[in-house]
Amino acid sequence: MPLASRHLLGLDGMPKDDIQLILDTAVSFREVLDRPIKKVPTLQGKTIANLFFESSTRTRTSFELAERRLSADVVNFSSDVSSVRKGETLKDTARNLEMMKIDMVVMRHSAAGAAHFLSQVVKANVINAGDGAHEHPTQALLDMYTMREKFGKLEGLNVCIVGDISHSRVALSNIYGLTAMGANVSVCGPKTLMPRNIEQLGVKVFYDIDAALRETDIVNVLRIQLERQERMLFPSLREYRQYFGITRERLEKAGRDIVIMHPGPINRDVELSADVADGNSSLILQQVLNGVAVRMSILYLLGTRT
Amino acid sequence: MNILLKNGHIIDPITQQDTVADILIIDGVIEKIGTSISADKKIETREMNNKVITPGFIDMHVHLREPGFEHKETIASGCLSAAAGGFTAVCCMPNTNPAIDDASVVRSIIEKAKHVHNGIVDVYPIAAATKGREGKELSPMMELAEAGVVGFTDDGAPIESAEIMRRVLEYTSMIDKPIIQHAEDVSMTKGGAMNEGTISMSLGLPPMPPVAEDIMIARDLKLVDYLRAKYHVAHLSTAGAVDLIRGAKRKKLPVTCEVTPHHFTLTDEAVRTYDTNTKMNPPLRTQEDIDAIKEGLSDGTIDVIATDHAPHSYDEKQVEFIYAPFGIVGLETAIGLSVTNLVKTKVLSMMQLIEKLSTNPRTILGLQQIKIVEGEKANLTLIDPNIEWVVDIQCFKSKSKNSPFDKYVLTGKAIGVINNNALYFE
Repeated sequence: MPLASRHLLGLDGMPKDDIQLILDTAVSFREVLDRPIKKVPTLQGKTIANLFFESSTRTRTSFELAERRLSADVVNFSSDVSSVRKGETLKDTARNLEMMKIDMVVMRHSAAGAAHFLSQVVKANVINAGDGAHEHPTQALLDMYTMREKFGKLEGLNVCIVGDISHSRVALSNIYGLTAMGANVSVCGPKTLMPRNIEQLGVKVFYDIDAALRETDIVNVLRIQLERQERMLFPSLREYRQYFGITRERLEKAGRDIVIMHPGPINRDVELSADVADGNSSLILQQVLNGVAVRMSILYLLGTRT
Repeated sequence: MNILLKNGHIIDPITQQDTVADILIIDGVIEKIGTSISADKKIETREMNNKVITPGFIDMHVHLREPGFEHKETIASGCLSAAAGGFTAVCCMPNTNPAIDDASVVRSIIEKAKHVHNGIVDVYPIAAATKGREGKELSPMMELAEAGVVGFTDDGAPIESAEIMRRVLEYTSMIDKPIIQHAEDVSMTKGGAMNEGTISMSLGLPPMPPVAEDIMIARDLKLVDYLRAKYHVAHLSTAGAVDLIRGAKRKKLPVTCEVTPHHFTLTDEAVRTYDTNTKMNPPLRTQEDIDAIKEGLSDGTIDVIATDHAPHSYDEKQVEFIYAPFGIVGLETAIGLSVTNLVKTKVLSMMQLIEKLSTNPRTILGLQQIKIVEGEKANLTLIDPNIEWVVDIQCFKSKSKNSPFDKYVLTGKAIGVINNNALYFE
């Protein structure tokens, strides 16, 4: 069965079977990454454009590697959105690229819904590499892949997402994907960084990090962004670290084995203490490795979908 | 302009008529009302077949965009859009460039409108309450009123400072014109793109909390109570706002308000597809708000239906949701949406609807009422209340087509309007 949609815009409403298919297909691409020759001819002759309107090293590199390892031709376009806005509209940029016979577009953009908009104005397959505070579906899929790899299943897993839930596309995609797969999701962070009505997405809400940790198998720690403090959403990094930072003491106090994940880049000793980030229970670098395989899986499934 | 309208269903709230009759109009004046009127063969005769004839409608909240934004709308295209939508008068908002804060701009707008289709649509400018709509200094309100302005607002933005609001209310009370507030506490809505709720959360769009509207109205009502000056809330959209106005009216404060057709038709669910034609300010709210608005319309808390007609060019709306400008066109769907969602569903009688589209706004703005009686100037809106039609934005007379109602099936439509010795038929 091919994927239901010809785009990957988000995990909101994505069928469980499709998530399953992406994760299952990623297993064989993950195996390719361990070979001496890490390349397959699957997307030979396909052209993929990476449009990054927001700076990103990790996601862009991961996509580009995934594309090259599938033998696709790759073009990169990076620009910060403010300079783009002065000149060409997104619609015009996309249409121009389309005339150059691009088959797939991977886009990172600071505006929520930008990937939806793009999918309406171009014929190419669109893959959302993060749109504002909306979704980051490939990140959530690689997170789920990593969790499944560690625990053998997603159903019944207890996952706690900690940090700025309000402004996090990683949180939202994880919530959609994990709840679809039958995991128990909780969120924890200051109330000022928690959307109203978040529990309507089927998650449990904590404002006490110790209570949240007592009930979880995995903690997915989000990067805390300094500009939130400037917008008066929390008092200081010091206070954040004291009450929401993940530290070794806190994990020990929880009295259970908890696996640590983080979408990167880490603010060391803010949301995550360095010893935890680099410790035995951290899957953070595993996430990075799996990210390439999961993106290969998505590119393959969309690129060969008829 | 001469015409004989046969067998029209005359509904006139002022004279309390609700009868079927013929109306003979000679030189733009109602010559005769009666049954079986016969006229000279040279006079155009229209069989109305019981379709409705009402006092001309006025839309007290329209952005004509001229001067300054003629790529969106002009006085000419806006007036034709009004006529096509069944309005014989509009009030145009001051967020033009330059803003309507100077008598010369007022005179120029009124003069231009007189040349559109023989001046069939009366344009009554609403001027900026503060110079340049900057919320700092009072605009020359007496002079503006003398030039023909019927009310004051900084619409597009609220009058933010309580002190400025106080002075504006005091000053306009001397000339008995309403202050029209775009009620929004912008400190809470800055950067926002849609109503705060489950949908904004799942779309990742920056939210605009409904309390930001309620808070501004609550503050203003305290000032109105203190100063007893005429105050009108533009495009009210929340259940909380309806409650506040209801309470103020119970206290006999000189307070009135309007609602737009889109705020009693759509909820924030409509935003799910990131269609930029669902982006407006105030944003689309929830079903509970719609229910409260309908109750407010029905019990008289809400006085007026006004469209907040806000044309934007196609390209301006063909962008990422957060970058798109707020607003939709409304003149040509107002009657259809009102009949479909209010009259058919028995929220309002046809008579009550006419009050909200003609009588009440005229009272608020201090304009002369229109009466359908012999010897009066004919200022009429003709409506087919039963026709089912499909909205086609490409057929809009407005220069802009930014409407979320394309392809909607509506009941009720304007057939034509008569005013200032001119007529406009579809």
